[in-house]
Parts: sequence; C-alpha cells; structure tokens
Amino acid sequence: MSDHNYTPSSKFGKWFNDRLPLLTLANHLTDYPTPKNLNYWWTFGGILTFCLITQIITGLVLAMHYIAHADLAFSSVEHIMRDVNYGWLIRYIHANGASMFFLAVYIHIFRSLFYGSYKAPREIIWILGIMIYLLMMAAAFMGYVLPWGQMSFWGATVITNLFSAIPLVGESITTWLWGGYSVDNPTLTRFFTLHYLIPFLILGLVVLHIWALHVPGNNNPIGIDIQKPSKDTVPFHPYIVIKDLFALLLFMIVFAFFVFYSPNILGHADNYIEANPLVTPAHIVPEWYLLPFYAILRSIPDKLLGVVAMLSAIFILAALPWLDTSKVRSAVFRPLYKQFYWILVIDVLILGYVGAMPAEGLYLLIARVATAYYFLHFLLILPILGKIEKTTPLPLSITSPVLGGSADLAMAKNTDVRKEKL
Amino acid sequence: MSDKKKPNRRDFIFTATAAVGAVGAGAAAWPLIDQMNPDASVKALASTEVDVSSLQPGQSITVLWRGKPVFIKRRTENEISEARNVKISDLKHPEKDEDRAQNPEWLVMLGVCTHLGCVPLADKGEYGGWFCPCHGSHYDTAGRIRKGPAPTNLEIPKYEFVNSNTIKIG
Repeated sequence: MSDHNYTPSSKFGKWFNDRLPLLTLANHLTDYPTPKNLNYWWTFGGILTFCLITQIITGLVLAMHYIAHADLAFSSVEHIMRDVNYGWLIRYIHANGASMFFLAVYIHIFRSLFYGSYKAPREIIWILGIMIYLLMMAAAFMGYVLPWGQMSFWGATVITNLFSAIPLVGESITTWLWGGYSVDNPTLTRFFTLHYLIPFLILGLVVLHIWALHVPGNNNPIGIDIQKPSKDTVPFHPYIVIKDLFALLLFMIVFAFFVFYSPNILGHADNYIEANPLVTPAHIVPEWYLLPFYAILRSIPDKLLGVVAMLSAIFILAALPWLDTSKVRSAVFRPLYKQFYWILVIDVLILGYVGAMPAEGLYLLIARVATAYYFLHFLLILPILGKIEKTTPLPLSITSPVLGGSADLAMAKNTDVRKEKL
Repeated sequence: MSDKKKPNRRDFIFTATAAVGAVGAGAAAWPLIDQMNPDASVKALASTEVDVSSLQPGQSITVLWRGKPVFIKRRTENEISEARNVKISDLKHPEKDEDRAQNPEWLVMLGVCTHLGCVPLADKGEYGGWFCPCHGSHYDTAGRIRKGPAPTNLEIPKYEFVNSNTIKIG
C-alpha cells in the first residue's frame, strides 16, 4: 500500500504524533485507496460494524436491569419490557439486532464467495472472518438462553448435549459446561458472563480483520489487482464513507421495520413461557440464522456423526481458499462457477427451510440431499472446477472496461456505472 | 541459524525451564477450570425419595432428581410381556428387560432422551413407550431405543425400594 509519509500540520499534532502515531493511523484510514468499482455488496462491512456496536451498547444497558438467576431471569426480562423506561425498545433492538447482524453477515459472506474475496492474498482476512462468525453464533446462542424461557432452556439443553457425543469424555464435558447434572442456575450465570465477554473478543478480531484487509487492500467486483492507484482507486473518505452511510440508512429502515412493526416475528412464542425442566416444547427450533446447520445435524441418523457433520459444515469454510483451485477471483469471469454459486445459495436456503420443519418423511429426505450437496460443493465441485473451467478474459485494469480497454461489453456492464460520472 | 549442533547445557536449561513453566501454568489453570464442575451444593442434592403408593398399573409420574426428570412407571401386564418378548438381536442397544427393571412392574429411568437431552413424551411413538418430539427417537415399553437418532436406551439411575411404597433415587 502506498501510505505517504504523513506529517500533521499543527505543532501539537506533530509533537503528539511523534509519540503515538494516532494521526498517521487516522490519515491512513481516510486516505486508504479503495477500488473505485466497489458496488453496494461491499457496504456490509460498515453495516456489520454498526451492528456490533449497536449490540454492545444495547447489551450494556440491558445488563444494568437483567438478573442472571434461574428464579429471577424470566421476570427481570419482563420487568425490562414493562417497567424500565424504554426497556421494551432497547430489548427489541438487541433481540432483533442479533437477527440483523446475521442477515448482514450472511450477505457479507456470500459476497465474498461470489467475488472470490477469500483467495490469495486475503486468506487470513477470510479465516478471521470465519472466527468472528463462530463467536457470533456462540454469543447469539448464549444470549438466547438468558431470558430463561422454554426455548432458552431447551435450546441450551440440546446444544450443550452436542458435546456429549464426544467419545469417552463427552459426559464429563457436558457436566462441566452445565456446572451440574442439567442446565440450571450455574449454567445461566456462566452463559451470562460469556455472553458479555464474547462481543469484546469479536471487537478485537474485527480490528485484526480490518488490519489484515488494509495490507492487500479491498478485492473488487472484477477481482483483479489495482494496477495504478491514481487511476483505479478513490480515497476511502469521502467516497466510500458516504456510500457506506447511505447503505447503512437503507439497512436501518429494514432494522426499524422489525423493531417497531413485528418485533417478535423472528422469535418463538414458547420463549414467553418460563423455563420448565419437566416439559419439552413440542417443536424445538433454533433461531432462523442457525437453521441450515440444524438441518445438517438432524439429517444424519447417528448422534456423533451428526455433530461432526454440523461442525464440519462450518469449519470447511476455513479451508475454502485452498479448496477453490481457480486463480480467477470474481465469478463474473467464471461462467460455470457462477451457476454452482447460485445452486449453493439455493441449497443453503433449502437447508434453512427444512431445518425449521419436523425431521420426518419428505423433509428428512430433502435435508439429506441438500446436506450431501453442501459438502459436494466444497469438497468436489470447487477443486475440480478450478482445473477444468474455461474462464472469460480478464480486463487489463479496473478502469479499462469502462474506458474501452477491453472489447468485452458484458464485462463493462458488470462494473459500476457510477464511473461515467467520475 | 547454524545447522545441526549438539544440544548443550544452555539447551537443557531452556527445555527444563519451559517444562517447569508448563507444569506451573497447568497447576494454576486447574482451579479456574474445575470451578465450573458441579459444586458441593449441587452434589448435596444427590438423592430423593418418592412415594409411589398412589400409582395404578399403567400410570406413571415424573419427578425431578438432580434437575433432571425421572420417569417412574407402573407397567401393565401387556407392557411387561411386550418388553420381554422382543428379540434382543432386534435392539439397537441390546439390553434385557430383566436387567432394566429390578421389579418388572416398576420401570424407573431418566426422562432424558439420550440423543440431545429433551424429555420424551409418554405413551407415544411406534413402540408404545416414549417418543422424543425434538428429533424423533422412539423408545419401547422398557425405555429401549428402537428407532431414531438416539444412540442408547434411556438411562437407568441408581435406585432402590426403601419399602414397598417408597423408591429412593440416587
């Protein structure tokens, strides 16, 4: 990257910057050269930062009123909803914020899959992202346990029991996680502690994620490297900042719709019944964002293998930069990959759908086929595709498809129309 | 780095220091790990006594023991013979009914599905015993797994008849 040697203009600024180069960092962040063909799918990084900060702030406030005790947790949440000033608003933002966070992260991940952003030299960014995603799932799961409703309790029971599938030590690990012989008060207090901790771990990983991003710079819709910074890039501020803010505004409209008009549509009515260790709700379903993995778990009729398959489905993503053997990043120039990409998207949506349905009959069959295809995509299709696919010619630079450097018109269409104005 | 050289006294000191450090770190970490295991107050609730005198054949009750439901079922003649006439080789987790019920009339077992810990529903499922609504495991009238993802039969806790009307679990 081409960071110019930066000198603050004021005398104090220079004095300070010589001792702690915060101003150099700020200058790097504002001047950071960004490919000028970034489309709106690239705005989700900023949106996700907003989601994380929203969850931390609202969570902090909720923690001031919430009581982490098996006898009091449920009523303290109702107390927040009914008595605390604006408590209903803050809790609905936090609860729906989790869903919005996952919505944004899925778009962010699938953007990366389409444009090959996980490929060299961005593997570490990708792996940090997967770690963030894993922590997000852990935080969301533990947060869902805190209201101590029926779904909280039985969701916690089912998920912690996943560890009992481990041979030999499984039972001891589960008992250790519970702090007892079932999910109970010790489980609740430790989940609350960890739920409070994890967002700050995520924040730390986000810093690393962005740091790793700023080494090679952003990928872009045509997936080729920047040739000439002066021609192919724009400074992060104001161009990307304004674009990100505009996208964030649109995102917040969706967010606000859920918070104000259907705050409970993404939750389960069963969670407004206090936890009862003697009665399991008839139909246990995780939150929507975990459904595809839940479908994979249930599709396999063996306890240990089911758990292994579910975890593999997540960890396989970390190996993606090496499973995808194609040197071409963007799906724009990969006619076959583009089709398989959309099949994968549909496959994951199907998994999500059958994950919400009872595990029997046709649903089970569909879940099995979709699970098999999911692994097939990563383990077989991607490695082979990279070897046999005939990709379309890449443009010479980010600017050339627009300024007529390439004859491929379809390609020019795929780059951003905005540039005509620049 | 110089290529292969013989380990000298300094290498020995490095290795020994690291080994002592690792043991120390492990010893320091253990209390932090073990504090999460069941504490004394949880362990103290280890047994419970249940009066079963009011149960008629075919009825069952669910009691809480160590935070977990325990099914106590007084089985009918039909249910007992059904459980005893199953071929052991047909079972996923082969166990004789005789080994599961000390007294054939009384079945005492944890009401915790061995798959992922839900509470199975009584008198449901294809084998006339229990059915777990979470992931569809079917148990027979001896609480043995017959169909579905659960790997083992419903667990039998340690229990004894204190007298003909009272069962002590744990």
